[in-house]
Amino acid sequence: MSVFAWIETVDGAVVSSGWEAVGAAQSIAEALGVDTTAIIFGANSAQLSAAAERFGVASAIISDAEELSQYRLETYAALLSKLVDERQPAAVVAVATSRGRELLASAAADTECGLISELVDLRVEGDAIIGTRPAYAGKVLMEMKSNTPTAFVTVRGRAFPAPASKAANITVESVAPATIPARLHTDVEDLAAEIGSANLADAAIIVSGGRGMASNPADAPAGLNGEAANIWKAKDGFANTLKPLADVLGAAIGASRAAVDAGYIPYEHQVGQTGKVVTPDLYIACGISGAIQHQAGMRGSKIIVAINKDADAPIFKLARYGIVGDLYDILPALTLALKKRLR
Amino acid sequence: MHVVTFTRSTPDTAAKVWVNDAGEVSWGDVATVVNPWDEYSLEETIAQAKSGGGASTVIAVGSELHNDALKHSIAMGVSTALRVDEAGIDMNDSLVWSALAAGAIRKLGDVDLIIFGKESIDVGTDQHSCQLARRLGWPMLSYVSRIITADYAEGAIKVEKMLEQGKQIVSAKLPAVISVMKGINEPRYPNFLGIRKAAKAQIPVWSAADLEVDPPAAATTALRYFNPPAREVSTEIIDGADVAAKTASLADRLLGEKVL
Repeated sequence: MSVFAWIETVDGAVVSSGWEAVGAAQSIAEALGVDTTAIIFGANSAQLSAAAERFGVASAIISDAEELSQYRLETYAALLSKLVDERQPAAVVAVATSRGRELLASAAADTECGLISELVDLRVEGDAIIGTRPAYAGKVLMEMKSNTPTAFVTVRGRAFPAPASKAANITVESVAPATIPARLHTDVEDLAAEIGSANLADAAIIVSGGRGMASNPADAPAGLNGEAANIWKAKDGFANTLKPLADVLGAAIGASRAAVDAGYIPYEHQVGQTGKVVTPDLYIACGISGAIQHQAGMRGSKIIVAINKDADAPIFKLARYGIVGDLYDILPALTLALKKRLR
Repeated sequence: MHVVTFTRSTPDTAAKVWVNDAGEVSWGDVATVVNPWDEYSLEETIAQAKSGGGASTVIAVGSELHNDALKHSIAMGVSTALRVDEAGIDMNDSLVWSALAAGAIRKLGDVDLIIFGKESIDVGTDQHSCQLARRLGWPMLSYVSRIITADYAEGAIKVEKMLEQGKQIVSAKLPAVISVMKGINEPRYPNFLGIRKAAKAQIPVWSAADLEVDPPAAATTALRYFNPPAREVSTEIIDGADVAAKTASLADRLLGEKVL
């Protein structure tokens, strides 16, 4: 009996939140008095199991077969489900990334096991694993319990710390991939990384822009009027006013729904109820009024800073620090002030 | 060809939602809307059925609450709506939901593509789509930002998916299940004719028995709902002689918070 932690990898490297699965799995394993087993599929998995050893992981099950070299839901789920059927772990834990969510949902269905997802907290009572998760976009919280011998658990990124270093002597077992029916074969082309794409879920610092980005004093090129001029101004502001601040801080760039819907910035950057839910250490909201949809996506941030012309904007009620003023005056000065201090 | 989508009624994104003294989730008397992510799956369903020259069906698995979302779907232009009733079934689990949903798909019999919105904002999960795909034994393509090609005669689909690291192109065989992101299309507003059609629509209700499904015992239990602790924050509005003084003062405070 053990607790499985699926370690997500891309191109043979662990993704930035990947080890958090081990941290969450160990907290369950310690409460149950069992070991943690790292589950690593794909290229380089033998080397990565050596890295798991540094976190005190007792064992690893790896499979580096050619057909698993790149993540595919169907091949990964087939092998994970087979391992769960054979070994009956107490729990299977993954970080709730795009892949983590679909992989555990699929394997939980294959094995008819309960899945409690997107946990921000968890505890063990007797044999039962009880998780706390947001519902209604974080407007309420709920506690859920799995009723099956194996509980599938996904944890929100940054909700559980990566494990501390601990001595261990890891046992590594290599297994063969599971076969899948031909009709489940998918063809995957190479990942095209978005230039400047923000991995908001992992970011420790996020700088976000809202509708106020359109109040850029820079002149739009001749011929652009009305909404087209506003879009140009907002895009110019994201690129030349907000991004320099983000660069100084090593921050990801976020946006409100209003900014996305107005065409100021692509949807990938949207924070909020129909965008991403983020929990950075520092969230700087620039020209964002703080509609309830937006709050739902960022209210879990540790320190919130609001910069807005309107002193009555609801965002100030969430903020630890606020500056009332024009973001186009404040951001360049703030960028400079931080650059001096972080040099 | 036949495209199916699933939907739910949820409180509006702008609605205040809280847990009342009885421990129940409440949104007062604010009307429900179609789950906001489903606007995109409904639009894509209508568009795919049109381009493939086939039929579209929208299904809700749940109580009468979801009739509103089904009527909205018809008003947008989905040809048929039906509801799978949850009476007497513990629906607090996605495996129960997906068993009933799979029963409905099998009963329809001729489905080529199932399109979900990215997630449901009430329960806040996207596991239902994946679990339905596994129950049917169909490929699952999540977080689709673009359908590049869908060839219903050949039984093949090629999509662009949105992942943390960027975009990825994936092809699979039909029938398949996909979940779509905001931005895949511009959802249409219901027009007058659609709204009239929706008002008159009779929505058939299927029971678990009609589907010959014996729902499994719930694999998870919702123990309790509670309000998040109030965010205890005292806001400090930073003042100063000029912008340089204000921003210098903010920068010093952020350094002091040790978040940089």
